[in-house]
Amino acid sequence: MKTAPVNKIIPFSNVDGPGNRTSIFFQGCPFNCLFCHNPETINLCVGCGDCVAGCPAGALSLGEGRALWDSKACVQCDACIRTCPHGASPKVRWMTVEEVLREVKRSAPYIDGVTTSGGECTLQNEFLIELFGEVKKLGKTCLIDSNGSFDFEKDPRVLAVCDGVMLDVKAVEPAWCRRLTGRGPEMPLKNLDYLLRAGKLQEARTVIFPGRDAENEETVRYTARRVGGACDYKIIRYRPYGVREAYRGMLGEYETEADYAEKYALMARELGASRAYVV
Amino acid sequence: MSDALNIIKDPTLTYRQELVGLARLGESTDHTLRYSDAYYAAKAKGALCDLNEGPMPFRPRYICPDYELLFKKGCDFLQLDPPADLLEAVNALEIFYCHVPSITTYPVYLGDLDKLLEPFVLKEDRAFAKKVLRLFLRNIDRVQTDSFVHADIGPEDSVTGRLLLELTEEMQLAVPNLTLRYDPERTSDDFALACVKCMLRTAKPSFANHRMFVSEWGEKYAIASCYNGLSIGGGGFTLPRLRLYECALDARSPEDFIENELPKYIDLQLEYMDKRVKFIVEESSFFKTNFLVIEGFVKQENFTGMFGVVGLAECCNRLLGIEDKKKGFGMNPEATALGLRIMDAIDRRVGGHVAPYCDAYGHRYRLHAQVGIDSDGMDDSPGTRIPIGVEPTMLEQLEVNERFHPYFPTGTGDIFKFEETYLRTPEAILPIIKGSLARGLRYFSGYLENNDVVRVTGYLVKKSEIEKLRQNKQSLNQVTVYGKGAQDGGHALDRRIQHHEDCACQ
Repeated sequence: MKTAPVNKIIPFSNVDGPGNRTSIFFQGCPFNCLFCHNPETINLCVGCGDCVAGCPAGALSLGEGRALWDSKACVQCDACIRTCPHGASPKVRWMTVEEVLREVKRSAPYIDGVTTSGGECTLQNEFLIELFGEVKKLGKTCLIDSNGSFDFEKDPRVLAVCDGVMLDVKAVEPAWCRRLTGRGPEMPLKNLDYLLRAGKLQEARTVIFPGRDAENEETVRYTARRVGGACDYKIIRYRPYGVREAYRGMLGEYETEADYAEKYALMARELGASRAYVV
Repeated sequence: MSDALNIIKDPTLTYRQELVGLARLGESTDHTLRYSDAYYAAKAKGALCDLNEGPMPFRPRYICPDYELLFKKGCDFLQLDPPADLLEAVNALEIFYCHVPSITTYPVYLGDLDKLLEPFVLKEDRAFAKKVLRLFLRNIDRVQTDSFVHADIGPEDSVTGRLLLELTEEMQLAVPNLTLRYDPERTSDDFALACVKCMLRTAKPSFANHRMFVSEWGEKYAIASCYNGLSIGGGGFTLPRLRLYECALDARSPEDFIENELPKYIDLQLEYMDKRVKFIVEESSFFKTNFLVIEGFVKQENFTGMFGVVGLAECCNRLLGIEDKKKGFGMNPEATALGLRIMDAIDRRVGGHVAPYCDAYGHRYRLHAQVGIDSDGMDDSPGTRIPIGVEPTMLEQLEVNERFHPYFPTGTGDIFKFEETYLRTPEAILPIIKGSLARGLRYFSGYLENNDVVRVTGYLVKKSEIEKLRQNKQSLNQVTVYGKGAQDGGHALDRRIQHHEDCACQ
């Protein structure tokens, strides 16, 4: 039985694509973005057991080579997440397609579709292909929220069953990109072009950092020119909430000013990205 | 100080509010209408509540005149001819409203405004029509100064409907309350979406399940007052309520409650309703001499009694010994199942009672999930709602609601509070409304957390007006004081906010 690590499922979301959507967040991400505000979704549990002793509700135990989580006993204090030295969370459910589908079916009467996110959901490519096939039978749309690390061109099967991809273009300049995300920009940028060609780019997104004039400008210029009017281009303000302390010092303790972000949205629109706006 | 002197010296009451208060006081001195000792004992215990309807009903509680008839044949008593244009139509309504009695002294139903006015609006240019409607809404807000004043629109899109939405958003008024009668086949997505946008800006309109109401009342139904379903050309005689938490205090078990305690209280409330209905029809002059009756704007046979309940959640929790509300009704399948058993028992017993009059409904009263009053505090949540502060996810809340809403033809509803991002994504709300109405939800209300106009339990108030009362100033709207009480005692504005949760990437 195919399973995947699910961090959480939000029955109703208005910020993960058009309309009302059920969002499924998978655990695990190949990037290690400095500005990630849910860094506990980056890695999978290694079974060290550090979190077990610190759980005030006795909701954690060790077994199957990882921390096991009793969701009913959990009091959601997040002590485990603060304790984990591996950027992981014990509050992960390994679910089958059928189990995820059961939750989707429950919200189906009220939603337009499903969005898979993460972590990085494309790490679960085979799972997604199966899940989307089933969601389609319910008459709902399927969207992927991705950091662009998966080569959609090389394995186009998942695109065939999904309605679009919401793609992060985090950085363009290679050194800045590697510093920011731990990876180079090549694959996300290749995907940007490929998804545009394939008509599957649902939206592009770039986070604007306070005071990073050159980096912000390069990313926005590059992305805006390519995206044009094909889809929404969301200019996102950096927010320090949830960002690891060590990196907050580097990126900023304050959120990006709205006016500063608006400059980039305006720039994007002038370069042809007619649907660019700040969120 | 005497009660009268208290009213006269209260700096927060307007002249009209003083007048209403003194009239109530006068009414309370007559006790011609008597009930059994058991009734008074249950009332003293708090198990029964008459919503301060007053001991001597001199009119039905809610009256829903047939305004189409006014437009067709005019009104002899008020010396109004059938209107020939928009100005005459609006003027006729403004005059007529001042002569429609109710428990609040203000009309609780203003008509299906879009249908009534559309033929006249279409004869004018849009800008002029909008100006007239603006003055019309201003007149209603300043003259009918009570948030239980209610107008309906839909199900179809119309120029008038759109103008009313535009003005509602621009004017930011608490009066009138507004409902869209939503029918998936007759209401376009575009119009429904315009209503969602307006709802986010001004906490109205609410969405009524048109098909459900039509199946119970026929096409000519009104949504009046908070969210009461009633017949146009009829209304509601009276609305007392069982306070179910207090009804359950002496029960030894859920079975004991359903078999012994509950029937006892139901029968006492029915006794109250029967006597009151007879008094209104047989003794008071309303159905004998009021022009609304004489000229056919309402017919006595189209009235029914509204059998109200509150506090189902607390009742179930009490009977099951659940002290932590977070693990109780709404979150707990056992408590919810008990709630359904209780509602079935109420439905069966009230449905089996032959009521005086109420001819159009087979001599039966109809159930109503009452929205609560400020003195309920935290003991009795409105109707069958999940208590404020422990609401589960919106999905779970809707699922529970959908099971309870069908019991209440004379009205029930729930309210959802949305956070700011929904202003940009109103299209994310429409599928929720459509899905829930299709699955049995009767009535959906929503508002945005930071708005000035907010929905308290069923009615609208302005937060800025509540603030005036706190500063010992007067508020023109006589309902503001209830909003203040509900905020202080019931934390009615602290309901769960539907918000987007953090996702992994910024």
